[in-house]
Amino acid sequence: MGAQLRQLRRRIRSVRSTAKITRAQELIASSRIVKAQQRMQAAVPYEREITHAVSAVLSNTATVDHPLTVAKEQPATAGVLIVTSDRGFAGGYNANVLREAEALKAHLVSRGITAKPYVVGRKGITWHRFRGRELFGEWDGFSDNPSYAQAKDIAGALIEAFKEDNGIDEIHVVYTEFVSMLTQNVIVKRILPLEVEESEAPPDGPMPYYEFEPAAGEVLDQLLPRYIESRVFNALLQSAASEHAARRRAMKSATDNANELIGVFTRQMNQARQAEITQEISEIVGGANALADAAAGKE
Amino acid sequence: MATLRVGVVSPEREIWSGDADMVIAKTVDGEIGIMPGHAPVLGVLVEGGVLRVKRGDGGDLVAAVHGGFISVADNDVSVLAETAELGSEVDVARAKDALQRAQASIEADQEDADARLDAKRAAARLRAAGEEL
Repeated sequence: MGAQLRQLRRRIRSVRSTAKITRAQELIASSRIVKAQQRMQAAVPYEREITHAVSAVLSNTATVDHPLTVAKEQPATAGVLIVTSDRGFAGGYNANVLREAEALKAHLVSRGITAKPYVVGRKGITWHRFRGRELFGEWDGFSDNPSYAQAKDIAGALIEAFKEDNGIDEIHVVYTEFVSMLTQNVIVKRILPLEVEESEAPPDGPMPYYEFEPAAGEVLDQLLPRYIESRVFNALLQSAASEHAARRRAMKSATDNANELIGVFTRQMNQARQAEITQEISEIVGGANALADAAAGKE
Repeated sequence: MATLRVGVVSPEREIWSGDADMVIAKTVDGEIGIMPGHAPVLGVLVEGGVLRVKRGDGGDLVAAVHGGFISVADNDVSVLAETAELGSEVDVARAKDALQRAQASIEADQEDADARLDAKRAAARLRAAGEEL
């Protein structure tokens, strides 16, 4: 067998096994998207209610002077929470998030603010480590299936740093929003100082006058951290769903490419085999002719 | 008679929603009972509290609620719990076990705040499940 033929066979075999792996990854990701989407849906009622509660408190207390809602006049440092994935194989997913994070950092620096990275996901952590950047917080191991306890952990660390005098003055979050199976957008948002997102004015006029148990200030003390936790949890859930969607797409195109490559190699291999056979035949015919000629010459 | 629309939600899922005649919850100021027509209230719930939802026909719904808030407005009651468990879902044996372990660590270390919290939670779960303590 010709060397070229053998080489092509070997390459086809290797591409085929790669295709098997990417195909399996694609199927796994597709099944996990559904689960991630369901978890996103399941978190919606809580988010809605807590947003409602926070706006109720804020609209009832004329002078809100809570440390978490007051913007410092001269912010000097900002914490940036960057949500990436633990594993690669997800196309441009992490690259997009990190690019936006860098853009945000440049923007903050132009305003005279130092950015302190807080990173979720192993990919983001190694990216920062490789560049020798200092990390102020890192969490990994749950990017594809985050739980509320982890969101609480992250939010706790951020709020702690925010409350400290020499901590951070602003908190931004960079994550990937899951719009649909095909569309995911990187979102950059400020979560502290707080700007409560009121989706629209309440349909039934202004908020009713609430009684608070205990006092409004104490309720706010309890409520705001929970609200931030819920924002962080939302970012984690959205990112998880986006990660699976990005992985599915990347793995699908990898599988398609592998299959195309197998086609190309198969054609090349057939050609090589044909060429070899043709050559063999012409060699045999040539040899036979030469023998026949030699025999004719003797007579 | 008007009824209350009640929703019990935790960050990870909606635990229960439906209509009810009365809701009893424990805030940091004490127990609060909500009936239709109640004034708007926003209260902070205690750790390891028991929530009772009284329904006229379907019997009572009892849940162990750990931390969170109750918000009432316009006959809408929402209970935002950090974690919550319906009484019917409580694994009694496990909760008893957790309570015993927590009590043992409290005896060993009076200052153990975590164990106290665990004990409270386990007790609430048992009460929600209808166990006598």
